[in-house]
Amino acid sequence: MDLDAAAWAAVALSLRVATVATLLGLPVAIGVAWLLARKQFWGRGLLNGLVHLPLVLPPVVTGYLLLLAFGTQGPIGGFLHDTFGITVAFRWTGAVLAAAIMAFPLTVRAIRLGFEAVPQGLEDAAATLGASRIRVFLTITLPLIAPAVLAGAVLGFAKSLGEFGATITFVAAIPGQTQTIPSAIYALLQVPGQDGAVVSLVVISILLAMGTLALAEWLSRRMTARIAG
Amino acid sequence: MIDVAVTKRLGQFTLDAAFTAPPGVTALFGRSGSGKSSLINCIAGLMPLNAGHVRVGGADLTRLPVHKRRIGYVFQDARLFPHLSVLQNLTYGGTYDRDAVIDMLGLTDLLNRRPSSLSGGEKSRVAIGRALMSRPQLLLMDEPLAALDAPRKAEVLHYLERLCATAQIPIIYVSHAMSEVARLATTLVLLDAGHVTRAGPLDDILSDPAAVSLIGVREAGAVLTGTIRGLNTADGLTEVALSAGRLILPGRLGSPGARIRLRIPAQEVILSTSKPVGLSALNVLRCRIAAIEIGHGPGVAVSLISGTDRLLARITRRSAALMGLVVGQEVHAILKATAMSPQDIGGSS
Repeated sequence: MDLDAAAWAAVALSLRVATVATLLGLPVAIGVAWLLARKQFWGRGLLNGLVHLPLVLPPVVTGYLLLLAFGTQGPIGGFLHDTFGITVAFRWTGAVLAAAIMAFPLTVRAIRLGFEAVPQGLEDAAATLGASRIRVFLTITLPLIAPAVLAGAVLGFAKSLGEFGATITFVAAIPGQTQTIPSAIYALLQVPGQDGAVVSLVVISILLAMGTLALAEWLSRRMTARIAG
Repeated sequence: MIDVAVTKRLGQFTLDAAFTAPPGVTALFGRSGSGKSSLINCIAGLMPLNAGHVRVGGADLTRLPVHKRRIGYVFQDARLFPHLSVLQNLTYGGTYDRDAVIDMLGLTDLLNRRPSSLSGGEKSRVAIGRALMSRPQLLLMDEPLAALDAPRKAEVLHYLERLCATAQIPIIYVSHAMSEVARLATTLVLLDAGHVTRAGPLDDILSDPAAVSLIGVREAGAVLTGTIRGLNTADGLTEVALSAGRLILPGRLGSPGARIRLRIPAQEVILSTSKPVGLSALNVLRCRIAAIEIGHGPGVAVSLISGTDRLLARITRRSAALMGLVVGQEVHAILKATAMSPQDIGGSS
């Protein structure tokens, strides 16, 4: 294929960013989905709005807000930099943060639907059998929402692979460091005569997306079969 | 000993029920919406109380969370865990007396199956086994037969009867079917509109004419205990000896010498002041009238004593007046053998 090292680096980086963002975001998404699905508390509406904000804001705005908060001068970024020596702005870790936040609402929505579909009578039954709340969650609730968690993870992974606006605003597109597939395609399009490389990256994008969906479908079938017996 | 006093407001409905029950099987009986399920949910801890207490065998469970109460709960809809096998369901709460429970409930061939492949009756049996293996100090059963069709009902009732006869722990059995209650329970608690209207030994309440209106005219009827005398194979009839008389019942009900419990619906008892002749009914018992309870409706409940057995008859107020029935009078109670459905007949120890 007509690809140079920088383009392959973009593919590798995209996969790495999407995988890490999905894995890090998932436990948080499960927790937030559980809160939203099962608990009544003060500020629930606010939390719900906050979770969905990246979905409705222009991605560039989200990226800019991330830059304000997590830049080395920003309140959180400054703290991380001064205390732990961690910098996320203009690093691949920043791309992970941007992808995780952009994917978060999609993941939470899918998992929340899963929680709402679990009959609470089953959890009551487990409690009468002596299971503590943690055991009920781990042995009954979590296995039953596994398909929804998978669906959320796949959505989040796909969203992370394709994230462009927030990422390029927050961490720019430094080849080999923060340049993901979408920003590589964008950069190639700015230069005449790079059509071959663009097409290659587009094909790779499509293959990745379809591969992800196929894997998800296969896993989901297995899980559903296990649950339904 | 179970000691329950519960106050719980649920919207417009207020559950304000208290009862104590000795060891054995206690039936909570009442029509739909009388608060039976809410009451046992309160006992299990699934519903927080506004006030009251729940004590079982001297232990105060009132403030314990559900999972520390050691109360086995058999739900009406079984509530098996769909992602676990039958064996995993059974042992979820523990493996107490595992092999004996599997054997008693006839679950040996089901252990590797998934709940979705079980019939309704099999699901109920697994749910009962699962509750027993968690080694509860009290077993709650919320209409475990209500969702089943007649053949499945008979199947599970057979196992329940065995369980109730041998269980070492107290059982609270919720039902709105008196035929089940009469077969399984020893103590009866009547619930109406969130309040306990009567509580006490089952046989006493069922033969009390004053309780007829509480139980409901259709469901009222005394329970007799008899001994099987013999089987007439040609007729397909069974002869049952009572304390003063005998009954001929359809079907083969057991081997001679076995004890048997019969529920005789009060509506199916006809009274006659003279000894009836030329009647198709096979069963006539000589009785003395112990009490006559006149309710609000057109009916009268008459309590009868035959030997040491107590019977209940429900007749119209008009026939009671025409016959001039009075307490102490000798009458003949006519029972139609086929009125006693198999559901009303159960074995007893």
